[in-house]
Amino acid sequence: MALLQIAEPGQSPEPHKRKLAVGIDLGTTNSLVAAVRSGESSTLSDEGGSHLLPSVVRYTEQGVVVGQAALAKASVDPFNTIVSVKRLMGRGITDLKGLQGEAVYRFSERDGGMPFLQTVAGDKSPVEISAEILKTLKARARAALEGELEGAVITVPAYFDDAQRQATKDAAQLAGIKVLRLLNEPTAAAVAYGLDQAAEGVIAVYDLGGGTFDISILRLNKGVFEVLATGGDSALGGDDFDLALAQWFLDQLGGKEVVAGESRYLTEKARWVKEQLTDHASVTVELDHAGQRISLDVSRELFDGLVEPLISKTIRACRRSLRDAGVELDEVQDVVMVGGSTRVPAVRSRVEQFFQRAPRIDIDPDRVVAVGAAIQADVLAGNKPDSEMLLLDVLPLSLGLETMGGLAEKVIHRNSSIPVARAQEFTTYQDGQTAMMIHVVQGERELVSDCRSLAQFVLRGIPPMAAGAAKIRVTFQVDADGLLGVSAKELSTGVESEIQVKPSYGLDDNEIADMLKASYSFAEDDMVLRHLREQQVEADRLLASLEQAMQADGESLLTPQELTHLSEQMAILQTLRNGSDAAAIEQGVKVLSQASDFFAARRMDQSIKNALKGHTIDEIEGDS
Amino acid sequence: MMDITQNYFEFLALPVTYQLDLQALSERSRELQKTLHPDRFSHLSDRERRLSVQYTAYLNEAVATLKHPLSRAQYLLKLKGLDTFSESQVQLDPMFLIQQMELRESLEDIASAADPEAELEQLRQTVEQEMKSLREQFDRYYQQSTPSAYEAAAVCVRKMQFIDKLGREIEVLEDQLFDE
Repeated sequence: MALLQIAEPGQSPEPHKRKLAVGIDLGTTNSLVAAVRSGESSTLSDEGGSHLLPSVVRYTEQGVVVGQAALAKASVDPFNTIVSVKRLMGRGITDLKGLQGEAVYRFSERDGGMPFLQTVAGDKSPVEISAEILKTLKARARAALEGELEGAVITVPAYFDDAQRQATKDAAQLAGIKVLRLLNEPTAAAVAYGLDQAAEGVIAVYDLGGGTFDISILRLNKGVFEVLATGGDSALGGDDFDLALAQWFLDQLGGKEVVAGESRYLTEKARWVKEQLTDHASVTVELDHAGQRISLDVSRELFDGLVEPLISKTIRACRRSLRDAGVELDEVQDVVMVGGSTRVPAVRSRVEQFFQRAPRIDIDPDRVVAVGAAIQADVLAGNKPDSEMLLLDVLPLSLGLETMGGLAEKVIHRNSSIPVARAQEFTTYQDGQTAMMIHVVQGERELVSDCRSLAQFVLRGIPPMAAGAAKIRVTFQVDADGLLGVSAKELSTGVESEIQVKPSYGLDDNEIADMLKASYSFAEDDMVLRHLREQQVEADRLLASLEQAMQADGESLLTPQELTHLSEQMAILQTLRNGSDAAAIEQGVKVLSQASDFFAARRMDQSIKNALKGHTIDEIEGDS
Repeated sequence: MMDITQNYFEFLALPVTYQLDLQALSERSRELQKTLHPDRFSHLSDRERRLSVQYTAYLNEAVATLKHPLSRAQYLLKLKGLDTFSESQVQLDPMFLIQQMELRESLEDIASAADPEAELEQLRQTVEQEMKSLREQFDRYYQQSTPSAYEAAAVCVRKMQFIDKLGREIEVLEDQLFDE
C-alpha cells in the first residue's frame, strides 16, 4: 500500500498558492467585477480606465459588442441592442407583458414559454445575453489579475426567486465561470461595510438598483452576517423612475404613438434629467419629436411627485421586513444605501425619514456590492483559512406545492434560514390513483395562479389504494445559493422521484451543453481534454481533503483496518487520476467518496462536539 | 447518509426546557454555523459540501423550531410522544371556540371601523395577552411531567395554534389597510 505522507510541522503539504477569485455584480444597468489584491477589495477597470460596464449587449452581423459601445447604439438599433436584460432573467413570455419598456423587443416563443429575443444574429435567450456580459467581465479580470480564475461570487437581488437565480447560474456556466456562490446583493454590501468597521448590531441595507429593489435586515456579530429578513420587488428600480418621467414627456408631447427607437430615446432623456436633478433644483430638456424640437422644464418637485408612488412602495417593504425580522425601528443602528438609484434626493430623504437616521453613503453605491462579493470570493476560494467571516442568508419567498383546488400549500416559509430541508406528506385524491403531479410554486399568495410556477413533475407507480391511503412524502431542499431541489417518495412502496428544479422558463442541461459547444470555437478534442481536466481536479480535491483529514484525525477516528482500507482506495484513485480516462476517474471519485463517507460524518460530529465543548454538562445540570 | 440521533436540544447542547434562554440559543447556533456551514467547505470536495448542507439544514430546522414559543412547545410534546404537528381534527372546549369566533368577528369589523389603526392595535394586544397566558399554562402542565398533564399541555398547544393563526391574519390585514 501507499504510505501516508506527512508534511514538515508548520508547513502545508502544498506550498500555499493564492487562488484568483472575483466578485461580480451583474446589474440591470451596469455590471462590475472586483477582486481582493494585497488585502484590499477594489473594482477592476477596463483598459480605458472605466469600472462600470453598461449591461448592454448589441448583436451585429460581425459579432457581439458589450458595454459602452453597445449602449451608444441603443436608440438607433433597438432590436439588436439589449438593455436591462436582467429584468428578463427567469421570466416567461407571459410575465413580460406586465413589464413596461421591454415591449420594444421582438420575442419569439419556444417550448416552455421561455422568451427568445430576435436579433440579427439569431434568437437569443436572456441567459445567453447575460453570459456575454459575464464573458466580458471575465476577460477583464483575467487581464487585470494575469491568470485563470478559480471562480466567482456572483450577486443577485435578494428578492430573486428560484427561476431567476437558476438563470443567473446558467449564464455563468455558459460564460465558463465556476460559481463559488450566488450571493444576495444587500448581504454583499453589508460585508463591504461591516468588515471595514468591524460593526456589531442590526443594520438595514436599502438597495435600489436599475431594475430591482431589495431591503435586508441583518444582525452582525463577530464576523457573522446573519440575514434576519429580506423583502423587496424584483421588478422595481431606477428604470421605472425613467419610465415614469418618459411617460410625462409623452403626455406633454401630445401622447402620440411612438416607435420603438423613440420610446428608448425618451427614456434616455428621462434618465439624463433624473441624474441632473440630483444636483440641480430644475433642468431644461430639449426633445426632438415629430420633426420639431421641444423644450421642457422639469423641476425636482415635479419629478419627486412622479416617482413618489414608487418610493412609497419601497418604504412599505421596509416596514414589512422589520416586522418579519422581529426588530424594532430603534434597534437599527445603521442604514446602508446601495444602488445607483439611491442617489435620487427624494429616495434618500424618504429613507432617512422612515428609519429616523441619516443613511450611510460612504462607499460608492455603484461599487459596494462588487467590493463585498470579492471579499466573500476570496474567503470561499480558500485564501483566508483563518477568516471568521460567515454569511447566513434566508429564503426570500415561500416555496410550496399545488394542492386540490389550485391552492398553494407552503412547505418552506419565506425568511427561513438556508440551507434548509423540509418534508411534507400528501395523499391521493381518488381511489386507485397511481400517479401524482407535483407542481412546485414560489410566492406568498394563496392561489397557485398568483404564484410563480417553478417546476412540474410526475410521481408514478403509486400502488392502487383507497383515496387517502397512500402517503407521499415530498422533500424540499434549498442550498446555500438559494437553489431548490425536490424529491418525492411513496412511503409504503418506496417509489421515488427526484429533480433538481429547473425553472419552467429556463434552459435544460442539454440546451446549455449545446450552447457551450456552439460558443466555444475549439474542436471536439478540446472538449474531451477539458472534461478530463475537470475530473482530475475533482479527484485532486477529494484526495487532498482526505489526506488532510487523515493526518488530522486518522488515528483518533479510524480503526487500523479502516485506515488501511481507505489508504488503498486512495491509491487506486491516484492511479486512475494519473491516467487519461475521464469516465474512470469520475467513477473512481464516486467510489472513494462512498468509501469515506462514514469518516467525513465522524469528523463532522467531532467538530460539532468541539464547537460546543465547555457548554454541555454544567449548563444542562444547572437548569432543570 | 446523515445520522443524527440527538434531539434538537441535545444537538445544540441546551437544556430540555420550555423556558429556553434565547440568547444562548442564538450563540450556540452561531458557533455551530461557523463549524458546519457549506461556505466553510467551499474549496473542498463535493462530498464534504453535501454533508455540510445536510448538517446545516438540520441545525437551521432545530433553531427555527426552538426559537418560536409555539413550535418549541409542540416539539417538547413530540419528544414525549404527543404529535400535535400533523393533527387534522381537534376537539376544543366550546367556550374557547366562542371566544375565538368573537375575536374573528372583531377582526372582520376593523376594516370599516372609524379608527382601524387603534382597533387593530387593541386586538393585537388582546391576542398577545392570550398567547402569553397560554404559554404560562403550557409550561405549568409540562413541568408536572405526568401523562395527563402532557395531555392538558397538548390542549394549550392546540389553542395556541388558533391564536397564532389569528395573529398572522392581523398582520395580513395590517398590510392591506396601510399599504395600499
